Amino acid sequence: MTGDRVQEKTPVPVLSLRGVSKNFGGVHALVDVDLDVREREVLAVVGDNGAGKSTLAGVLAGAYRPDAGEVRLDGAPVVLDPPATARALGIATVFQDLALMDDLDVVENLFLGHETRRGPLLDEVAMERRAWALLDQLAATVPSVREPVRTLSGGQRQVVAVARALLGSPRVVVLDEPTASLGVRQTAEVLNLVVRLRERGHAVVLISHQAADLQAVADRILVLRLGQVHDVFTGDTSYEDLLAAMTGAVRPGTRRGGSRKAVAP
Amino acid sequence: MSAVVTEDRQPFGGGGPSRLVDRVRGAHLSMLPALGALALVWLVLGVIDPAFLSAENLVNLTLQSAPVGVIALGVVMVLLVGQIDLSVGSLSGLAAAVVAVGTVNLGWPVAVSILAAIAVGVVVGLGYGLLSARLGVPSFVFTLGGLLLLAGVQMRVLGPAGSINLPFESWLVRTVQQGFLPPVVAWCLVVVVVAGSATLHLADRFRRLQADLQAPSLGSIAARTGVLAVVLVGTVAYLGTARGVGYSVVLFVWLVVVADVLLRRTRWGRSVRAVGSDRRAARLAGVAVNRTVISCFAACSGLAALGGVLAAGRLAAANQGTGGTDTYLTAIAAAVIGGTSIFGGRGGAWSALVGVLVLQSIANGLTLLDLDLATQQMVTGTVLVLAIVVDTFVRRRRET
Ligand SMILES: Nc1ncnc2c1ncn2[C@@H]1O[C@H](COP(=O)(O)OP(=O)(O)O)[C@@H](O)[C@H]1O
Ligand SMILES: [Mg+2]
Repeated sequence: MTGDRVQEKTPVPVLSLRGVSKNFGGVHALVDVDLDVREREVLAVVGDNGAGKSTLAGVLAGAYRPDAGEVRLDGAPVVLDPPATARALGIATVFQDLALMDDLDVVENLFLGHETRRGPLLDEVAMERRAWALLDQLAATVPSVREPVRTLSGGQRQVVAVARALLGSPRVVVLDEPTASLGVRQTAEVLNLVVRLRERGHAVVLISHQAADLQAVADRILVLRLGQVHDVFTGDTSYEDLLAAMTGAVRPGTRRGGSRKAVAP
Repeated sequence: MSAVVTEDRQPFGGGGPSRLVDRVRGAHLSMLPALGALALVWLVLGVIDPAFLSAENLVNLTLQSAPVGVIALGVVMVLLVGQIDLSVGSLSGLAAAVVAVGTVNLGWPVAVSILAAIAVGVVVGLGYGLLSARLGVPSFVFTLGGLLLLAGVQMRVLGPAGSINLPFESWLVRTVQQGFLPPVVAWCLVVVVVAGSATLHLADRFRRLQADLQAPSLGSIAARTGVLAVVLVGTVAYLGTARGVGYSVVLFVWLVVVADVLLRRTRWGRSVRAVGSDRRAARLAGVAVNRTVISCFAACSGLAALGGVLAAGRLAAANQGTGGTDTYLTAIAAAVIGGTSIFGGRGGAWSALVGVLVLQSIANGLTLLDLDLATQQMVTGTVLVLAIVVDTFVRRRRET
C-alpha cells in the first residue's frame, strides 16, 4: 500500500515537532515528542486515554505553546499560537470536543473568522451555498444550516466541525478522534475523506484510540504512551502489536488462561 | 474541492408552516415573550386607566424611554459578548455632569461638551475592556467598583452645588425636550423605510432563488412588510395626534437599527456572538477575542454616556440623582426582558427597544395610577425575575 508513495514523498516534512514538551502543572502531558508529517501522508496517532493525544493536537492547533522544543513548517521554525496563526499557516484542527459555538448556526460556525463579504456586509447567500456543497460532500444529513448547532446530533456536529476544518484547503489537517461519536456510515465517510485528503496532497494527522479504524488509512502509526513517543509503526502493523504498544500490556495472543492480574506487568 | 459536488440542489423539500418559523429564527424568536409581555402590560394598564393609552401619554412614554433605551442598547452588547457592565448608570450620570459643566460653567459649545462626555464614556469602556481582556478580571467585579468610582467622580464634577441647570435655549434641551419630527418628514420616513425594507427582502429572495437556496415566500415578505407598515403608520398617526415622534426617539430607534445591522450582518457582530457563546471555541476558531470584548465595553460605555446626555437634555439639568440606581437596573433589566441572554451569545439590538418599552410602560402606568415607588419596584422586580427564569429555561431546554 505504501510502496509507490514512499518514492514520491517530499524530502522535507511539511510539519515537524522536535523535542516538544508540555506540562500542565505537575502533569507531563507531552515529553520530548518528535513527529514528522509529509504531504500525501496520513500519520495516525494512537494512545490510551490520557496519553497526551489531545495535548498534541492542541500544540499543532496553536492552542498550547510548548514548554520546550521546536515546531517546524517546511523545515523552518515557527510559532503556531494563537490558533489564528496556525490556521493562517495552513494547519486546521478538528478538536476532540469540536469547539463549536452552540448559539451560532451551522453557516456561522463554518465560516467564523473567515466570512465571505459583499462590501462591508456578510454574504450569507454565498456562505450558505458553500456550506451545503461542503456538507453534501461529506454526506452530512444536517436538517438546516440555519439552526443553532446546539440542536444537532453528535454525529451532525462532528461533520460540521470536520467541514469547518476543510474550508480554505489547509495543508495539514489534524483530526482528534473524529469518528468518536459517528455511526458506521459516517465513520466510513470520514475515513474515506481522510483518504481523499491524502490523494489531494494534504498531510493528515489522525488521532484516535480506536486502533482498528486507523489501519485502513494510516501510512504510519505513532504510538503515544504517557506523553512520550513509544514507537512509530508502519500502516500495516497488526492490531495486537498496536494494542500492546499502547497499553504496555502483553500481547493478548500470548496471554494464557487465568486472571488479568496474572499477566499484567 | 467543489469539483466533487456535482449539482446545485434545493436543500429543503417544500414549503410548509415550519419555513415561516425558520425565517423568524434566532433573535426575533427570542423577542416573542417580551412582545407578549408588552401587549399584556398595555392591555392591563389601558383597562385600569384609559389615560395610559392616550396619545399624549404615549408620547411621554417614548420620550422617557429614549435615554435609558440607548443605555440598554449598550448593555445588550456587553451581555452578548458574555460580560456585564453595572456602572452604566453612574457613567450616564457622569456624562450628564460633563455636558452641564462644559456648557454652563466652562462655556464650551454644546457639541463639544457632548463629544467630551461621550469620549469620557469610551475611555472608561476601553479601560474596562483592557481589564477584562488582559487581566481576566470578572466584569461583575470591576464594573461594580466602577459604579461607585464614577458616581464619586460625578459628584466631584458637579461641585458643591450638586446640580446644574442647562439653559432652555440650549439646542440640546430644545431638541430633546421639544424636538419632534415634522409630520411631512415623518410620513416620508415611513414610506422610505417600508419600501426600503420590502426592496431588501425581495432582493435577498431573488439572490437566494438564483443560488438555489431556500428563500422566503412572497407571502411571508408581504406579511412582514405589512406588519412593519402597520406598526410605523399606526405609531406616526397616533403619536401625531399629540406632539408626534421626538428626535431623541428617532435617534434611539436609528441606533437600534444600526446596531442590529452591525450585530447580524458584519464580521464584528458575528465574533461578538461567538465570543459570548463560547470564548474558548471562538479563540480556537481564530476570532480576535480580546479586541471583540474591548470593542463591546467601549460601545456600551459610549452609549451609556450618550444616554446620559439625552437624560440631561430631557431634564434640562444634571444633578447627583442623574443616572441613579434605577438607571442601571432598568437598562440591564430591559436588555434581559427584551430577550438578550445573561449567559451571552443570544439576543439582539431590538431587545433593548422592546425591553425598555415594557419597563417604562410599567413605571409610567404605575405613576399614572398613583402607586408608590415601593409597588413600582416590586412589579418591576417581579417582571425581571420572570424574564431571567424564561432566559434560563430557554437555555436549559436548548442544552438538552
Ligand atoms: N488543560 C489542561 N489542564 C491540566 N491538565 C491537562 C489539561 N489538558 C490535559 N491535561 C492532562 O494531560 C494529560 C494528557 O491529556 P490529553 O492530551 O487530553 O490525553 P488524551 O487526549 O490522549 O486522552 C492528562 O493527564 C490530562 O489530565
Ligand atoms: Mg483526547
